[in-house]
Amino acid sequence: MSTAEISAADPAPRRLASARGSGLEPVFHAACFMAATTLLAALGGVLVALAIGGWPAIAKFGVGFLTNVTWDPVQDVYGAAGPIVGTLITSALALLFALPVAGGVAFFLVELCPPALRRPIGTAVELLAGIPSIVYGMWGLFVFAPMFAKWVEIPAMAAAPADSIWSTLVQGIPNGSGILAASIILAIMILPFMAATLRELLHTVPAQVRESAYGLGATTGEVVMKVTLPYVRRGAIGAVMLGLGRALGETMAVTFIIGNSHDFPKGLFDAGSTIASTIANEFNEASGMQQSALIALGLVLFLITFIVLALARLLLRNQARL
Amino acid sequence: MALSAARIGRRRAQNALFVGFCFLVTTLALTALALILYSLLIQGVGGLNLRLFTMSTPAAGTPGGLINAIVGSIMMCTLAMAMALAVGVMAGTWLAEYAGESRYGSVVRFLNDVLLSAPSILVGLFVYEILVAPFKGFSGFAGAVALALLAVPVITRTTEDVLKLQPTSLRESAIALGTPFWHVVRTVLWRAASSGIITGALLAFARISGETAPLLFTALNNQFFSWNMAKPMANLPVVIFQFALTPYSDLNQLAWAGALIIAASVLAVTIIARFVSRDPKPS
Repeated sequence: MSTAEISAADPAPRRLASARGSGLEPVFHAACFMAATTLLAALGGVLVALAIGGWPAIAKFGVGFLTNVTWDPVQDVYGAAGPIVGTLITSALALLFALPVAGGVAFFLVELCPPALRRPIGTAVELLAGIPSIVYGMWGLFVFAPMFAKWVEIPAMAAAPADSIWSTLVQGIPNGSGILAASIILAIMILPFMAATLRELLHTVPAQVRESAYGLGATTGEVVMKVTLPYVRRGAIGAVMLGLGRALGETMAVTFIIGNSHDFPKGLFDAGSTIASTIANEFNEASGMQQSALIALGLVLFLITFIVLALARLLLRNQARL
Repeated sequence: MALSAARIGRRRAQNALFVGFCFLVTTLALTALALILYSLLIQGVGGLNLRLFTMSTPAAGTPGGLINAIVGSIMMCTLAMAMALAVGVMAGTWLAEYAGESRYGSVVRFLNDVLLSAPSILVGLFVYEILVAPFKGFSGFAGAVALALLAVPVITRTTEDVLKLQPTSLRESAIALGTPFWHVVRTVLWRAASSGIITGALLAFARISGETAPLLFTALNNQFFSWNMAKPMANLPVVIFQFALTPYSDLNQLAWAGALIIAASVLAVTIIARFVSRDPKPS
């Protein structure tokens, strides 16, 4: 805004007053422009590098790369359906678990929390959003998995009647790792981030809007569900999709606990893999076609997350930037 | 009347359900997160000792510490921050001061926001493709570049935001004194926005110091102490990852201690960032 006014101003007085260093003005402008272009080049570079690196695998396996379940380094045959489905399932489940909880935490902080606790809890949630994901992964591996196996997996498998849908769902080895365990860890990991973002959004609702709803006699629940949440719904969907984007690309929190099997997961307790965990586990030992297949997997992940993140940003565009 | 009383009763019940749900999930969430921090603290403190900061990473069954990984992480993060600050502050300045509402500006702004939350493992693959594969070797430099790529969007974004908060009158009065605009940017705007830019830099630093995935294929790891950034370099996140997955309890212990060090420094940096942004220095 100010830029236009400034460049429109008559340049003559400037030259009169002081010419010192003004010759470098275009240099500085160009340097800033190049820095901004570097960002563009980085994102474009990621896409191009992944496409080039993954091309041998894409050319060899074609569309079958996306639908084939076999991932066999010995035969040099690669199909990515297992990791792709694993990524989508774990992210969807994580979102399913995290969303109501994150919403509840955000509503609690905005509407229900005693003022004395509002700041400490809000700050704690924001700080936790910054904890590196490898910490969540380690906790999942060493603390959560044994508890999960003992208290959830074994009882659930014992309680499931034979040949029911229930018993199909809980198939797998009850060792605490697997699709469901990874989804729960992912959910815990994206929870602080989503709660903090939603809270920030709810704070953007003008006080008059909330107060007039309360003034009409609405209950707290009605104010949140019928007034403030609809008021920020675009932004809220955007925030949820940002959380989804994180879950899709998350590597460390998942790799520790998903069990790392390339097969199609048969049940919720079965071992699986995600795109990110497959790349993290195999890339350094891979060469030739396997490496290319892993990079092609990265390209698939790039395209999925790019679409999700781009949609999220478009939805969030008119909101306060988060 | 009876009808409306029933209705009010139902609404009250629904509200009680809603309030109860909010209380329940908040308790649940805070408990889960507290449990994570608790086990991190308990398991990590058990591994804290002087050896951690004096010896390099050991083989299983031998005593050792994490000094090579700590130094490697600090070196790579410092270099990454230097690169990211140079690019990020300039790019943010361009977006705030020169781009205006131009189409190219909004494209860069949009893609920067996407890059802000792009999967870090893909950044690792990208840097592998451009810096590791062509030069036939993992290196600390490649790791630093990968980390810088993750830090730049954060710095760009905060720089743009805080520069836009500076009043137009500030720019105009500096220009009225006859200052060339790029001097205005450097000596007036950057200075006025310095606490915001520092906050952004600290947040970016907090973000990259715990990143593991992009370092797996770039810096790799190194069992020995090394200052040489042209060679594979030890770093805390990858050491934690590798040691946590070994069956040896002494290495697991080191992994916990490393995780505690990282988490504690990330928390410390984030808290400092909050103080810097809360208390802007008059300039």
